[in-house]
Amino acid sequence: MQRVDLFPTHEYKGLKLRAGRPYPFGAMVFGNMVNFSVYSRYATDCTLVLFHKHEEKPFVEIPFFKEFRMGNVFSMIIFDLDYEDIEYGYRMDGPFQPEEGHRFDKSKILLDPYAKLIAGRDVWGQLPNWDKIYQYRARVVFDDFDWENDMPLETPVNDLVVYEMHVRNFTCGKGANVKHPGTFAGIVEKIPYLKELGINCVELMPIHEFDEFENSRISPVDGRQLCNLWGYSNVGFFAPKAAYASSGRFGMQVDELKNLVKKLHTNGIEVILDVVFNHTAEGNENGPYISYRGIDNKTYYMLTPEGYYFNFSGCGNTLNCNNPNVRDMIVESLRYWVTDYHIDGFRFDLAAILGRDQNGNPMSNPPLLESLAHDPILGKTKLIAEAWDAGGLYQVGSFPSWGRWAEWNGKFRDSMRRFLKSDEQVLADVKERIIGSPDLYASQKRGIKASVNFITAHDGFTLMDLVSYNNKHNEANGENNCDGENLNNSWNCGFEGECNDPDINHLRHQQIKNAISLLMVSQGIPMVLSGDEIGNSQQGNNNAYCQDNEIAWLDWNNLEKNADIFRFFRRMILFRRLHKVLRYEDHLSHSDFRNLGYPDFSWHGVRAWQPETGHNNLTVAFMLNGLYAETDGEADDFIYVAINMHWEMHGFELPMLPQGKVWHVFTNTGMNAPEDIFEPGQEPVIDNQHEVLVGPRSIIILVGK
Amino acid sequence: MTTDIYKLGEELDSFNYQEEQDGILAILEKGQSVILDMTACKYVSSTGLRVLLYSKKVAATKGLKMYLVGISEEVRDIMNVTGFDSFFDSFSTMEECLKAIEN
Repeated sequence: MQRVDLFPTHEYKGLKLRAGRPYPFGAMVFGNMVNFSVYSRYATDCTLVLFHKHEEKPFVEIPFFKEFRMGNVFSMIIFDLDYEDIEYGYRMDGPFQPEEGHRFDKSKILLDPYAKLIAGRDVWGQLPNWDKIYQYRARVVFDDFDWENDMPLETPVNDLVVYEMHVRNFTCGKGANVKHPGTFAGIVEKIPYLKELGINCVELMPIHEFDEFENSRISPVDGRQLCNLWGYSNVGFFAPKAAYASSGRFGMQVDELKNLVKKLHTNGIEVILDVVFNHTAEGNENGPYISYRGIDNKTYYMLTPEGYYFNFSGCGNTLNCNNPNVRDMIVESLRYWVTDYHIDGFRFDLAAILGRDQNGNPMSNPPLLESLAHDPILGKTKLIAEAWDAGGLYQVGSFPSWGRWAEWNGKFRDSMRRFLKSDEQVLADVKERIIGSPDLYASQKRGIKASVNFITAHDGFTLMDLVSYNNKHNEANGENNCDGENLNNSWNCGFEGECNDPDINHLRHQQIKNAISLLMVSQGIPMVLSGDEIGNSQQGNNNAYCQDNEIAWLDWNNLEKNADIFRFFRRMILFRRLHKVLRYEDHLSHSDFRNLGYPDFSWHGVRAWQPETGHNNLTVAFMLNGLYAETDGEADDFIYVAINMHWEMHGFELPMLPQGKVWHVFTNTGMNAPEDIFEPGQEPVIDNQHEVLVGPRSIIILVGK
Repeated sequence: MTTDIYKLGEELDSFNYQEEQDGILAILEKGQSVILDMTACKYVSSTGLRVLLYSKKVAATKGLKMYLVGISEEVRDIMNVTGFDSFFDSFSTMEECLKAIEN
């Protein structure tokens, strides 16, 4: 049976056309046809502009005939287009009335907001020709990748160990030893390393197309070129960053990224994308026309009554997330990344913005967040909110979740950092963080799985810098050290910056081991910042968003130099993954509700069963009862953790184990390597079963089996 | 089962894919497996990669084989980073390929 609608109805300058399908938006291939569809509520006219690949001037501009419009959508089909050789854009006509929210300008050629492949910044750092009329150029994508049996892994969220990483920082530095540094292919080459480390989820900092040359400048301090390295500035929500693909110069970034996801999945590693739906790269009223501003300014942006841009993102504009059309675009984008790229989850940058209405006011039941929580395609996708924004909205613990959303637990970071540097007054808070922050998440029944715990992330100090600097050192960013967070809760262990003092360096390593121990034995989803496992430093720069150089890049020589740190991380991660008792999904009961002889969780102190309660205390211990955490009918071990953040040694009385079990030592961060940590499963029995001495600023972890 | 050789030109992309695709399919249609001689080929585009994989899949449905011979380093790299390499049996030289088929 042949279809009757496969024939052109119009011809324009030699091209055969017919009315398109308004939905789905974007460009899509059907047989020998390409369907182009774009909506604009306020545009009066639209032209499709076609270029041959890389050419400066278009070879044809096709008006959308009257019969090619439906509602507010312009769509047309072109027959027999060699779409591998095509780049396309739109001209939109309409009013230029900023006070009404309209900024149409038909002299501009605009990127399709639904473009799935974007050319123009194909090779990282290659200086663009700014005179070109069309900078970020939409192309038609091949979407027929062969996934074989791959699907998103659907790892239980409480089993994740997340590794937050940046495509360039990960493999551009010294000693990375990969064929394609700074690319998706480069990450593939490092999969054996990630496996060895033991993480089972990578969270990629933004990989949507952005322009590294946005706001590029020369550092007044060292004369180096500064650029947008991190990429929290979207050009397109559907297209991967071309220059993150070694094959980006051939337009093959889609296949290269899909291959990365497939290979990670084969190795049991999930992929979470850091997505930035709070603003775009178009800036404020002085910014460039890339797409949205010229396609439908009033739809895409939150505008003040005078027509200026609200700036809740701190980046010049705010995406109008709860406009129904923008909401649809965001949902569509996320569905696309899940269906076409098999992405396992998303971390939403400045997610509090997604809950603001079109006037910028926080809503109690934001429709966008509700849609995402209930979306069928995203039904098993991890949704993680950075639950604050630059407009002062802070929603850690109160982010609207519908039982689906997890949060970056900023309070975990702050409390643990303070405790690590022996701040008094913080113990009560630390105890909440250790047990999965029930003070934040229990009342809404969100469970432990709502809490993504971290001590370091891309924003702020690396872990090595957290123990090496009291203050940020961002001079190289060219803003007189005014950028970046001031309140770091860091402690330099006695000297500001790198030093040769063996005692100080020893203490720094010990503090790093304390930090990763706290992270891995706390209930919740632990997230590690890439490079912390080898003691990566940014020389005190706590905001290296613009440092595309060795400041931000991982120095792989540290793997050998800080071998004890890597070894500690690897074993600590493995320990967590072997012990279900560390990975509860829901909050603990602190009682022996199944009559197993011990409560599921109990607090202790320097005296067993008598936890310190005073605000000025720096010692705490806890025990997890493995009988409450079975895997296939087999009970886990008992785990006891003694934490001494005091600068003096303390003896901790041990709780008695059930008959037949004895305490084994897994970790003592006060000991030198190799006695600091043992291979999980091969922990030695300790001589004294009644008491352990926990050195100054040390953590001891015991296994009862 | 017999085998025939098909020789690719310098490039395999949207400008010539139809001709090359037809050439490969013609061999498969005859019930013969294909050895694709890529010695001269310096560039394979997204379209080109799909010609290769499509041909391989057509061959499989007919119980036939497709082998790649003499892949240049540039092309091998493209196939590697996009993951297309994993679908093919490839050989550096025709001799190696023929020997492998014999065995």
